[in-house]
Amino acid sequence: MSEKLDLGSWVNDVVQHLLDNYSGAFDSVGQVVSGFSEAIEKLLLLPPAWLLISLFVALGLWRIGAKFAVFTAASFVLIVLTGFWEQTVVTLGLTFSATLISLLLGVPLGIWAARSERVAMITRPVLDFMQTMPAFVYLIPAAMLFGLGRVPGIIATVIFAMPPAVRLTSLGIRQVNKELVEAGQSFGCTSRQLLFKVQLPSALPSIMAGVNQTIMMALSMVIIASMVGAGGLGNDVLASIQRLDIGLGFESGMAVVLLAIILDRITESFGTRRAATSKSLFGRLFCKLQRPQSAP
Amino acid sequence: MQSGKIVVQNLFKVFGEHPQQAIDMLKQGKSKEQILAETGSVIGVSDVSFSVEEGEIFVLMGLSGSGKSTLIRLINRLIEPSAGDVYIDGQNVARLPQSQLIDLRRRDMSMVFQSFALMPSRSVLDNASFGLEIAGMGRGERHRRAMEVLEQVGLASFAHKYPHELSGGMQQRVGLARALAVNPSMIIMDEAFSALDPLKRREMQDVLLDLQKKHRRTIIFVSHDIEEAIRIGTRIGIMEGGRLVQVGTPRELIENPADDYVRNFFDTVDTSRYLTAGHLKADSVPLYVHNGKAPDTHKVCRELQAMDKHYAFIIDEQKNFRGSISLERVALLLEEGRHPRLEQDLLKQIDPVPEDLPLEKVIERLVVNEGPIPVIDGRGRYAGAISKGRLLSRLQGE
Ligand SMILES: Nc1ncnc2c1ncn2[C@@H]1O[C@H](COP(=O)(O)OP(=O)(O)OP(=O)(O)O)[C@@H](O)[C@H]1O
Ligand SMILES: [Mg+2]
Repeated sequence: MSEKLDLGSWVNDVVQHLLDNYSGAFDSVGQVVSGFSEAIEKLLLLPPAWLLISLFVALGLWRIGAKFAVFTAASFVLIVLTGFWEQTVVTLGLTFSATLISLLLGVPLGIWAARSERVAMITRPVLDFMQTMPAFVYLIPAAMLFGLGRVPGIIATVIFAMPPAVRLTSLGIRQVNKELVEAGQSFGCTSRQLLFKVQLPSALPSIMAGVNQTIMMALSMVIIASMVGAGGLGNDVLASIQRLDIGLGFESGMAVVLLAIILDRITESFGTRRAATSKSLFGRLFCKLQRPQSAP
Repeated sequence: MQSGKIVVQNLFKVFGEHPQQAIDMLKQGKSKEQILAETGSVIGVSDVSFSVEEGEIFVLMGLSGSGKSTLIRLINRLIEPSAGDVYIDGQNVARLPQSQLIDLRRRDMSMVFQSFALMPSRSVLDNASFGLEIAGMGRGERHRRAMEVLEQVGLASFAHKYPHELSGGMQQRVGLARALAVNPSMIIMDEAFSALDPLKRREMQDVLLDLQKKHRRTIIFVSHDIEEAIRIGTRIGIMEGGRLVQVGTPRELIENPADDYVRNFFDTVDTSRYLTAGHLKADSVPLYVHNGKAPDTHKVCRELQAMDKHYAFIIDEQKNFRGSISLERVALLLEEGRHPRLEQDLLKQIDPVPEDLPLEKVIERLVVNEGPIPVIDGRGRYAGAISKGRLLSRLQGE
């Protein structure tokens, strides 16, 4: 076994080296992430449960329809009744924080990759690596560099959940109809105008699909991140495994599943905007409210 | 240098790594296929020179892959030329710095696309005012202007609809409105009507021709529909394998195709529809000049009999048409023992037809006229005659 190629110890050395020389930098990144996520969590915990729930129900009614709104309401009531509301909100906060950071980094990177062949060439294998590496593996270096708690959890989640945002932004922009781009250019768009007035609006459905995937991946990773003490529903899932408590496992697991379904459907609906708005009553109302201001 | 609104000189576009090498090979006379095989470079446009006059609709035709789309994109430089020059109003677009190019595109040229290329998330009004928005015009003013052009293309009542709510023909009206809104002096149209069904296509051609009547713009129009090209084109340019093989008015191309490639385009066209009196005229009727003194009746009679002709035309020294004489009538009068005087007794007035009178009108005239009809040129001078026999043989020859 002695002639085994010791890649692992090399990685260890790299992490140790980073820790020895750049701990200041990691600390400040950690502080920013921590402050950011705490603020989001506070914001979510600020309103009473019923208000937050109503917000989701309203969103469901507007984007999808009455049936889904009922489902959303029932799901959240179930979560409240089983006593998982607080953990669910913590998980939601972690998911939002990680998603927002992923998008903040991922969308601009995706735009860059769409515009530069070289950037695309470099990012592709890196993204593949980030996505296929088993999710837990990120937790170890993250915990080493940032300590235990929500920060390594969020950072590991960002690494895991960012690829679809980059990929689908880049794909969306590259797939914009060639003549549409030419139309923009032929009317004298600068490259910034082309991006903001032609490419991004046209790529929006694809970008929203990326956002949807990022949220879903973030949610799943946030649960795993409870291993490094990120908190939320993951703690209960973890506890149920450790204690072989099937009841607890089912209850907390169900809260995760319901949250996943609600987030998935709502974010998905933003990718297929027009179809959704014309379907629901709320959507039509919303359109009517918007219409008059554009009339001459 | 040639003059014209748009002047293209020795323009090349090579898609590939080493354009100059490919251009050199082209100049040595190597074919597109050879160059592709040897260097992997695709020749898009090869040594094209032509000019488009102010206010003209210049139609580019050619088989698929012949370089039409590439050529027009070299003109507004959506594609960078590999070599050569493109002058618009004397300004060399091929050498313009980016900022000036953007300025020119905003101010003075626009484009209409085969797939319409409308922004799906913008209303019809916002699509139509896109160019103005890009140029930095305020919302109120650009909407007002866009509304005006939407009215011109008959879409004012759809201003607040979205493209996906409109039929193809209506969408292309929006595309046209968007191009017109910036009030450009030239518009580039790449197969703009090809995606429409034949009826809608004709309708859009009418819209375009109508707009041209109100405000003449210089238009370069790519088409693969020969009927369309003849209908709207002031002149037509035919492309083959990246080269521009012939340029001319529809009539010139029908009458004198440079080669079989060009001729084939017109094969399916009923070209007789484009024939005019000018094409049909011939020197088939004997002419007598009335130089202050009328020609001698007996002599005319004898000569016509000898030539087996039934009619003669009289012109004056300035080649103005004076009238026609019928041998039958001369013979009748002579038989009666009278001495007919040419001017008083014989000369029959016929209205001459202009050279550009279309075939159907010529036929109408021939039907009511007994003998041949005279044709006059643009300056009113006698240019030839059309007889029934001549017309029939010409139509059969088509
Ligand atoms: N971006 C490109 N890269 C490589 N080759 C190209 C590119 N664009 C065009 N070509 C090639 O250049 C040639 C001319 O193409 P172009 O699109 O101008 O033809 P076209 O006359 O418009 O044809 P169609 O009637 O099919 O639209 C073709 O051989 C085409 O394959
Ligand atoms: Mg084309």
